[in-house]
Amino acid sequence: MSFIEFVIRHQREIVHLTEEHLILVGLSMSIALLVGIPLGILITRQPRWRKPVLGFANVVQTIPSLALFGFLIPIPFVGGIGARTAIVALTLYALLPIIRNTYAGIMGIDPAVRQAGLGMGMTDRQLLFQVEIPLALGVILAGVRVATVISVGVATIAAAIGAGGLGVFIFRGVAMVDNQLILAGALPAALLALGIDFALGWIERQLTPQTGMRREMT
Amino acid sequence: MVSFESLMAEENRAAVEFHDVTYRLDDRPLVSHLHFHVYRGETLVLLGRSGSGKTTTLKLINRLLTPTEGEVRVEGTATVDWDPIRLRRRIGYVIQEVGLFPHFTVERNVGLVPTLEGWAPERVRDRVHRLLRLVGLPPEQFAHRYPHELSGGQRQRVGVARALAADPPLLLMDEPFGALDPLTRLEMQREFHEWQQRLGKTVVFVTHDIQEALFLASRIGLLDEGRLVELGTPAEFLRSSRPEVRAFIQCLRAVPSDDCLSEEKTS
Repeated sequence: MSFIEFVIRHQREIVHLTEEHLILVGLSMSIALLVGIPLGILITRQPRWRKPVLGFANVVQTIPSLALFGFLIPIPFVGGIGARTAIVALTLYALLPIIRNTYAGIMGIDPAVRQAGLGMGMTDRQLLFQVEIPLALGVILAGVRVATVISVGVATIAAAIGAGGLGVFIFRGVAMVDNQLILAGALPAALLALGIDFALGWIERQLTPQTGMRREMT
Repeated sequence: MVSFESLMAEENRAAVEFHDVTYRLDDRPLVSHLHFHVYRGETLVLLGRSGSGKTTTLKLINRLLTPTEGEVRVEGTATVDWDPIRLRRRIGYVIQEVGLFPHFTVERNVGLVPTLEGWAPERVRDRVHRLLRLVGLPPEQFAHRYPHELSGGQRQRVGVARALAADPPLLLMDEPFGALDPLTRLEMQREFHEWQQRLGKTVVFVTHDIQEALFLASRIGLLDEGRLVELGTPAEFLRSSRPEVRAFIQCLRAVPSDDCLSEEKTS
């Protein structure tokens, strides 16, 4: 049986697992954005929060993904077997690139621009929404892109704790020593990551303000 | 004998008053015991070497800093009693680095304060175009450009236009021409002199360039290590015998001494 035949036969299941995968990534990224961007902004305003916030995100990021899933399972409310634990872990994983890039994007703005804005009587809110966020948007989106691509990858491991997703095929394939099964999970996951990377990269270029020089930061 | 009325008139003429102002950062005084007035319509140039407290003095006026001791009054009201946003929108501010918003066109940059103040778009546009013509940038050609498409001199012209946009009575200029090449600088100084004759704003102008100070000032204040050591008209300044003043006047010699050259390079 060729791989193509295999894919056609398991079409339904592949689509279903891809959907699950996208839901895991989509939900966790949404939460990570809602938490991460405000946190990134907060630490540009309150320097004393910078170390604890970035430190926490950094520590989470260094924990191996499978270990992080393992740590979370015994924790009441967030833990347990299933998608909820996976979403919490993926969210935590995505925080660092988002917080760090939001912070770096805003702090990377020419201080003279902020100085001029303040000196002309802009409020902090006006400065943030009219100047800092638009100018930092390219850098922030670069962080979102990195976080999303990482999420697509890490979400394959979520199958290990019963959260579903394309990892189901991979783990099953490994257990059954079936290369086609492994590929049926790995290939769509890789394509998903590439596709999302490309799409977000395109959006990033569209939204990066025309300033003559584009900063690259990840 | 000074009458009460003449004292009142004197007070009314002052746009900005420093009353024994000291500003300390981590216990280190950046300016100390500043006591002077800026009169309406005059161009007071604060002259001094880098680190003498010139910029700090300016920031005390638009409340980017507040005095540790003493009081700065703008239009008779202490800066700490002003709503900082209202205060700053009444004060034009020009800095050496210009600080144009890179994602705004020239037109939006110049129209910033009027827009924040809620002017109608057509009124903002009229005003912006008038100001761009004033600073020698034809709006047809420049209104829709972005800052990165302008030369240094053009950028600073936009900076000046932006500061004048809401027609503030008071203008603070922090080495506005310091980063320009000498020819452009001279051109801008001449034009600024001309605008000033026409607009009659109260200007506090910071520079380390004695030539610029003598050319633009109605009065020069010399700052040295955070103290105002001399304050007077350019003619009085040239006659002063204070060593700090003489040191600056030395810079006017045809062949600059090493001191002056190194001073030019910093900041």
